[in-house]
Amino acid sequence: MSERVLPRIAVIDYGAGNLRSVMEALRAVGARPVVVDRGTDRRLAGAPALVVPGVGASGPAMRRLRRHGLDTAIHDAVAGGAWYLGICLGLQLLFDESVEDDTRLLGLLPGRVEPIPDAPRLPHIGWNQVEVRRAHPLVAHLTDGAPAYFVHSYAGRPASPEVVVAETTHGGRFASIVASGRLLGTQFHPERSGADGLALLADFVGLVSHATGSRIGLPGAAAVAA
Amino acid sequence: MLLRRVIPCLDVAGGRVVKGTRFVDLVDQGDPAELAARYAVEGADELVFLDIDAAPEARGTLLAAIRRTSHRLFVPLTVGGGVRTTAEMRAVLRAGADKVALNTAAVADPDLIRRCAWRFGRQCVVVAIDARARAGTSAGPAGWEVVIRGGRTGTGLDVIAWARQATERGAGELLLTSIDRDGTRAGFDLALLRAVTSVVDVPVIASGGAGGVGDMVAAITEGGADAVLAASIFHRGLVSIAQVKAGLAAAGVPVRRTGVAA
Repeated sequence: MSERVLPRIAVIDYGAGNLRSVMEALRAVGARPVVVDRGTDRRLAGAPALVVPGVGASGPAMRRLRRHGLDTAIHDAVAGGAWYLGICLGLQLLFDESVEDDTRLLGLLPGRVEPIPDAPRLPHIGWNQVEVRRAHPLVAHLTDGAPAYFVHSYAGRPASPEVVVAETTHGGRFASIVASGRLLGTQFHPERSGADGLALLADFVGLVSHATGSRIGLPGAAAVAA
Repeated sequence: MLLRRVIPCLDVAGGRVVKGTRFVDLVDQGDPAELAARYAVEGADELVFLDIDAAPEARGTLLAAIRRTSHRLFVPLTVGGGVRTTAEMRAVLRAGADKVALNTAAVADPDLIRRCAWRFGRQCVVVAIDARARAGTSAGPAGWEVVIRGGRTGTGLDVIAWARQATERGAGELLLTSIDRDGTRAGFDLALLRAVTSVVDVPVIASGGAGGVGDMVAAITEGGADAVLAASIFHRGLVSIAQVKAGLAAAGVPVRRTGVAA
């Protein structure tokens, strides 16, 4: 009888990068994002979903996560059934380790983070095509081959190829969307990828709402992009 | 395949977009947030916001203008002007910038590039280089000198050497402006572009002198640029972003088409 609320999404702030555009994009697709910058924040434990955004280098990022108790809090939230959407560096942090500064990562997804293979130029900056490899609810409204905005030099190499949902080519190919259970990630920035990016975020919020029974209105992604 | 970018540039002073010729004779062009939103809808692949107001007391106004411009933009925003420390870079990123362009401060303190790249990742650090041609001799051109403070002060630094050094220190991208061509619509300095793109392995944004679609095609196909930036031709409606994209596509340059042409 009472109206259920929009899904609350904990956006992890570890001190680097553009949090603001992620927040705005999540609001634009009907979510209720809250910024969480320490592991003791109760809103993190109770959130049905986490978004780990970011630009930045993995070494400083992991050090900041640890310093604020966010690494264990993320582990606990995921173990408790929360969805995790990693964006760019947030995707890379899912894996075991990165060759960037020999950094130990969150270790939630088997695999390593390495420089993009055979890249003609690094960093890989700009719009590139997302080639969908398998169906997944996260890409239900993403056109195969849609351009998305990338800005990175490293990419995750999952130990198991089944987690790859989409790939992108810059010299060599790398995983640009991964999904394993409730662990999801995009190497590109959906919050800066126009209507296609918003469509993906809307599908993410839809997944979370569906799973938690939240009521949600999904605005047309194209309309909010304009 | 990585698509080539078309980037409108907003030169902002006193919270307004202005445009001059060779960095002087500034004329009001409108509100940065309104212009950015319009360009995003028209298919801009990224926006560059340059604070050309060097006054330190204007920092608060600047952050507010960045926040307004970034709001619901949904395409990337690069901000340059006046960033001298990693703390200032963090403030600009948190106001909604995706990348930060360092210019004068990086020349004065080249290690700033390394510190920013270490803290935020090199993909986040753009080094903006303003280049002025040195007077040539009968033996040929004498190269280009790095100028700072909005083109007002020479440094004696060679552009090619500085481009190499900036990249080695951690610049993830270069924004290369010919101040001889800035606002003239006489075409990009292709010799300058070639000289830089042939010695660095990071993306280079061509800036200064765009007069039409043909100039954009040349900057990419002849100059080796990854992206083309223009201000006055877009502000004055002389050429639309869609026209530039169509021209680039017709020349075989891969671009992102939006709307009906997607």
